[in-house]
Amino acid sequence: MPAATITVLALVWRVSHTLVAFVGSAILLLVVLELVRRRRLFERYAILWLASAIALIALSLWGGLLNFVAGALGINQATNALFAIAFGFVLVLLLHFSIAVSRLSDQSKVLAQRLALSEERLREVTASARRAEAEGQPESELETRPKPVPVPAPARRVAGADGAAEPPVRAARGIVAGRRPPAG
Amino acid sequence: MRVLETYPGPRARDHDAEVAVRDGVRRLAIIPAYNEAVTVAGVVQSLRRHAPEWDAVVIDDGSTDETAELAERAGARVLQAPFNLGIGGAVQLGFVYALENGYDYMVQVDADGQHDPREIRTLVAEMDEHPQLDVVCGSRFLSDDYEYPAPVSRRTGIHLFAFLMSALVRQQVSDPTSGFRLYNRRAIALFARDYPHDYPEVEAVLLLHHHRLRMREVPVQMFPREGGASSINSGKSAYYMVKVLLAIFVGLARRRPVVEPGDEAPVTATHSI
Repeated sequence: MPAATITVLALVWRVSHTLVAFVGSAILLLVVLELVRRRRLFERYAILWLASAIALIALSLWGGLLNFVAGALGINQATNALFAIAFGFVLVLLLHFSIAVSRLSDQSKVLAQRLALSEERLREVTASARRAEAEGQPESELETRPKPVPVPAPARRVAGADGAAEPPVRAARGIVAGRRPPAG
Repeated sequence: MRVLETYPGPRARDHDAEVAVRDGVRRLAIIPAYNEAVTVAGVVQSLRRHAPEWDAVVIDDGSTDETAELAERAGARVLQAPFNLGIGGAVQLGFVYALENGYDYMVQVDADGQHDPREIRTLVAEMDEHPQLDVVCGSRFLSDDYEYPAPVSRRTGIHLFAFLMSALVRQQVSDPTSGFRLYNRRAIALFARDYPHDYPEVEAVLLLHHHRLRMREVPVQMFPREGGASSINSGKSAYYMVKVLLAIFVGLARRRPVVEPGDEAPVTATHSI
């Protein structure tokens, strides 16, 4: 094979590498921008992606920089350096998402706890409102309600408010009680 | 919109009238339960019989069986988590409930029947005798006649944690995985703010030490589970070991997460990268 052909092939080979790297990075950049435009991706999560895409585009176009980085990393093939750098960005992004997931679990835990507290509260208020209604008392006197299931201290127990006499307010998961507590 | 404006916020909640008060002291017994329909009613009844001055609150941690219904029928109040929070999140829910309802003491009793409600008075006696204590922990390894029918691997794990924790907090901790604990207001306030996510008991000992709260163990009798299945199977126990060890050693280097008024919110949805 003549030497000239080899040179041309090598050039095409290198150009195609560069082209693939550039096109890939450009597509990444456009997809991220489009996702942000459609509000499918928050800006705060897009910033790292944009930084990755821009850095990859710069490296794929500016061969000198890539060669310098490849030399510094001890990588013979410059395009391999490009993929190594892309891999580094992916690692950073994954760590970033692990942090985001941890934060979300913490938030959902707090929300779930508050929801459980509120549901229990709502159940109690509903039950005591029902009791008050059954007693014919005005609902504004809710403060004097007894414990729903009083253990021995029966001082303020309302007749018929025993755990046995009164069906559980909640039948399945969540509240099914018909009446809402009075507003305000 | 009106709802948002009138919502008083978590701290502004009025203290309830329905809290049982005995000698001016409010006592809360929480029973975290995840699919414990077999045993939870028995535990609640035993608690009401042997420790009637304690308000029984079952924390149903997203059970798919009848745990909540049976607990309520047995006479407990029930807090229902909308999904499975894990034991740490469930117990922390109990701490938040205790804090916001003004309880002075909280005791944690397992729903599987391992802990004997009659032993609560053992914990209380220790705290009464030593008012400087913030937490009293029931240990199954301190009594002379203890028999704990656990597999060797689990006992080895417990003893490893016991050795580590004793060295780290510089006092004897014989049973750091015990959940049978009595807390006073200071401990309730601390753990309502910050309690480990899963497998929390060991880490909680370290948290207490960091915050200069005092804990002591007393010997108690514990039973093997009465029924149901432990949440810790062999597959999880390896994860348990690694997670707790990581939490212990990272926790050593963690700054104390006290949030002072005016500090950044500990949980936030707005953040930079």
